[in-house]
Amino acid sequence: MTRGYTARAAVTAAPGAGGAPRLTRLRSDGPLALRQTPDAVYLVGAAAGPLGGDDLELDLVVEPGARLAVRSAATSLALPGDGESRMTVRASVGAGAHLDFAPEPTVAARGCRHRAAAEIDLAADATLRWFEELVLGRHREEPGRHTSRFDVTVAGVPLLRHELRLTDRLACTSRAVLGDAGAAGSVLLAGPGVAAEPHAADGLAVLPLAGPGVLVTAVAADSAALRRLLAEGERRCRQAAGPAPTRQAAVAPA
Amino acid sequence: MRASLLLLADSRLPAGGHAHSGGLEPAVAAGAVRDVPALADFLRGRLATSGLVAAALAAAACAHAARGGGAWAALDAETDARTPSPAQRAASRAQGRSLLRVARTAWASPALDALAGTPGGPHHPAVLGAAAAAMGAAPREAAEITAYMAVTGPASAGIRLLGLDPLAVNRALAVLAADVDAVAAEAAGFADGPWAELPAASAPLLDLYAERHLRTDLRLFES
Repeated sequence: MTRGYTARAAVTAAPGAGGAPRLTRLRSDGPLALRQTPDAVYLVGAAAGPLGGDDLELDLVVEPGARLAVRSAATSLALPGDGESRMTVRASVGAGAHLDFAPEPTVAARGCRHRAAAEIDLAADATLRWFEELVLGRHREEPGRHTSRFDVTVAGVPLLRHELRLTDRLACTSRAVLGDAGAAGSVLLAGPGVAAEPHAADGLAVLPLAGPGVLVTAVAADSAALRRLLAEGERRCRQAAGPAPTRQAAVAPA
Repeated sequence: MRASLLLLADSRLPAGGHAHSGGLEPAVAAGAVRDVPALADFLRGRLATSGLVAAALAAAACAHAARGGGAWAALDAETDARTPSPAQRAASRAQGRSLLRVARTAWASPALDALAGTPGGPHHPAVLGAAAAAMGAAPREAAEITAYMAVTGPASAGIRLLGLDPLAVNRALAVLAADVDAVAAEAAGFADGPWAELPAASAPLLDLYAERHLRTDLRLFES
């Protein structure tokens, strides 16, 4: 029997006055504690982790015409424990709605066995900003086994299916995959009107997708350099929804 | 393995495969690959990521063609969704078009005919899978050929780009052979499942190199 948490947290956002969403559901559960602030719903992290054995799910529904921003108060640290840990985020973004999901980084600590998954379903004219950063181990530490899978569909048509597997050390440190990077991340901007010219520089690629969206990917020596690259990539994109610059995109961590 | 499958996997197949380095040329240009150990490291990463994804797509295409299916637009969209780099999408379609031309003259198949209607040309793994099905091959064999080509193409490009010792490169490929088989086996395991669940392993540096390559003036390979 596992001693991990099984948590099912959820947020449902409806259109509210003055651009802020009206939350018709805000359910915290176990380590996934949610708090509403004027600018975003925050994951505040009521327990360390995720630890091996934890099975965490966050369900986000953004109703037609609503705008929801999700942030986190702190980095999450994937740690070893009793088996595999899982964190699954499911999001449904309705017609004309906008979801901006940008938590602080995940750190894959030594010995972790973590599986992250995100499944996002966008209505045809919904817009999305999805920001992810992964730090490969703490200071001078080799990361454990971390896999992430990201599936985004627009009106049922696949827009992006993207995995990053840190399971075979030789494969993931290959100079074709991550090389000697200490951190890797991406920003997906999706929706009608999102566009960019393809671009590649040291550690940064701006990739216009076949469907309505642009994927910015970056690899860097550390999390601060990663965030600067992702911010630069994002500046190269035209966003139809034009969300105000967020705290994350504008400020690199100290 | 029957002779027609060997023909499909043969680098002498006149399908223009020699024009593509699988991202090796820009990796060489960036100084990331200079010798045989670095090439072997590159090939291992490529196999585990884009090699696995291509092999799984080819296996799925083979199973679909063998069932007489016609949902090629859906598989095309699944391939696009797993190929965020526009340069890689273009290279995959260019290789798919070339292979389709060769395959249709050699093997009669309604699936290959249907793929000819893909806007922009079909993706390479779809054609490999449909061609394998046309000669009665199993999805596992389509995956094996695709995984094999994911490393042999860049390996021979390495010999041409860097003047590497062909014997040493061949030895590196021999060491990788068991991994090629393992990737093909994993890929084939998804052939009959929902396409949404096919592997999507990414290689951020390959994506970066692919885009950088298109903006390079002097290049030997198309991709």
